[in-house]
Amino acid sequence: MIRLVLVGTSHHHAPIELREQVALDREAAAALAARLADGDREAVCLSTCNRTELYVAAEDVEQAEKDAVDGLAALEPEVEPALYRLHDRAAALHLFRVAAGLDSLVPGEGEILGQVRIAHELGTTGPVLDRVFRQALHAGRKVRAETAIGQSPASVSAAAAALAEQVFGSLDGCSILLLGAGKVSEQAARNLRSRGAEISLVANSKTERERIHERLATVDVVIASTSAPGLVLDAAAVAEVLRGRRGRRLVLVDLAVPRDLDPTIGELEGCYLYDIDDLEQIVVETLSLRRREAERAEAIVAAEAEKFHEWHASLDVVPAIASLRARAEEIRESELQKAEALLERLDESQRRAVEAVTAQIVNKLLHVPTVRMKEAAVAADGVLYAETVRHLFGLDEDER
Amino acid sequence: LAELLFWPALLLYGEAAVGYFGDVRRPGRAGRAATWGVRLGWLAQTALLAAQAAGDDGFPWGTWASSLSLFVWLVVSAYLIWGCRRPYRVLGLVVMPLAVALLAISRAGGGTGSASVNHYSNLFLVVHVGLVLAAFAGFTLAAALSALYIWQERRLKTSPSTILRRPVPALATLDELALRTVAWSVPLLTLGVAVGLVRLVARGDRLDVLIVATAATWLVWCAYLGLRLLGGWAGRRAAYLALAGFVLVVVVRLALPAAHFA
Repeated sequence: MIRLVLVGTSHHHAPIELREQVALDREAAAALAARLADGDREAVCLSTCNRTELYVAAEDVEQAEKDAVDGLAALEPEVEPALYRLHDRAAALHLFRVAAGLDSLVPGEGEILGQVRIAHELGTTGPVLDRVFRQALHAGRKVRAETAIGQSPASVSAAAAALAEQVFGSLDGCSILLLGAGKVSEQAARNLRSRGAEISLVANSKTERERIHERLATVDVVIASTSAPGLVLDAAAVAEVLRGRRGRRLVLVDLAVPRDLDPTIGELEGCYLYDIDDLEQIVVETLSLRRREAERAEAIVAAEAEKFHEWHASLDVVPAIASLRARAEEIRESELQKAEALLERLDESQRRAVEAVTAQIVNKLLHVPTVRMKEAAVAADGVLYAETVRHLFGLDEDER
Repeated sequence: LAELLFWPALLLYGEAAVGYFGDVRRPGRAGRAATWGVRLGWLAQTALLAAQAAGDDGFPWGTWASSLSLFVWLVVSAYLIWGCRRPYRVLGLVVMPLAVALLAISRAGGGTGSASVNHYSNLFLVVHVGLVLAAFAGFTLAAALSALYIWQERRLKTSPSTILRRPVPALATLDELALRTVAWSVPLLTLGVAVGLVRLVARGDRLDVLIVATAATWLVWCAYLGLRLLGGWAGRRAAYLALAGFVLVVVVRLALPAAHFA
């Protein structure tokens, strides 16, 4: 029977210094998978900034595990103690959790699903790995569709973008004014741009800052993160600009400490002001929401992993079932042939009826044993049942 | 039959109202159950109106109480257009308790029974009452959107950390939808009032309090449209004006209709 083996390491087990030694780009990951899939085996290498994992499907599970460990140790010998090794059901469940973002640093992050898909495409897959990766991707999508785990922002920059969306809906065509150009404000601007907004002005120098008032009349979002010791924008100046905006809303995000924007700006009609504390509170709230949703996601993932386990376990008995059915069909056909002389006297419709009745008898007789064997396979007795059936019906002798 | 259909409609609307409150506390199942309550309740009320129409030989809303039942049906119909979508479910907090209360009042006034007596020709009622009630249903929805706007804006200003817990449409979306709903409803009210005035002149009747109040309502909603489209009004100010307009709708619908229908 083909077994599933997982060998890998992740942010839970290895520090960045170790992980970066075994991190592989797409080409190297594909090459390692191809090397491991030598012979009848299947292999996929999933390598992201948080994990490098090798999934191998093989009959000789010990050899497959050893080869996978050697494959990673060849990249960095010190990684070996940080490697986890999982088999069959546990390996599949792990992959399903990874695809659903449940094993990620930020629960529910969406990038991992694409990385799993790419790993699957680059891998050397066969029936087992193809099935487990497809089902893992399905589980990942299902978790995101049926829970809110990935819907809320997990960083200050994403929180700023989410708040702007709460005001404007779509950010397509919204213009941004950047006051100062710190790392966080750049990230926030990038996040807004990825949602369709455009940067109107980056006011980094004092001269540029003099143009702020002029630009305030037309922009939709202001992101401030200067290192100025005092306020860069006061409420009176914003109130003056608002008169010409004809009710157009203005979102202001103050990422600076000390603050750049007068806190009373938030009291003006049509102005929505958020400082770094507001955004960090959203992230805290979001993470707790994600953790709550993770409980629901775990249930979905467990159910999907169980389906894979049932399918995988049935592989134990499928050959025995196929042999049994072939044997039964062979007997039916040979008995019909023996009775050919009698059947010749029947007309076409009567012959068809005899064919149908005999086929029906075979199917009905084999239905219960087939179902029982599949049930036994899930309960881990599949091999025993398959052997028993082979012995009782002399299927091995037929094969010999 | 009308009796048999009234109770399921009222109970399902009631279930929806309770469900939407439950959805605010814990979003998910309660909200979905509430939306199904609205759908099934609407079907029951549609059947109720059809049964009334059959019993009354074509038009069951010749009295203010029965027209109130039609008004509820129109409001719920308008809500159903958006109410099925998740972010808009929260509108049910305003719409469904109102629907339950008005349907109950309609029943108390005999508006959900059959065999009421019509004083007017069917065609006149269909055009006049139908248009006015459809416009009022639109105004009710616009007011609900405006109330939601004010609530959501307050949350955005005072407690942004909890803003993402509950999916609510963006401020700009709510504002735009309210405007669009009013833009559809004002022409309907204009036509409905015009038909009524033509009838009034033809019969040589005099103006009553309801007609004057309806004209005031029309003026407020026209002002809303004018200020929004030409005066640059948007957001909170426009939302408060919509709520003021809705107060007049309530007065016209509930407080003054007896004289008009007599």
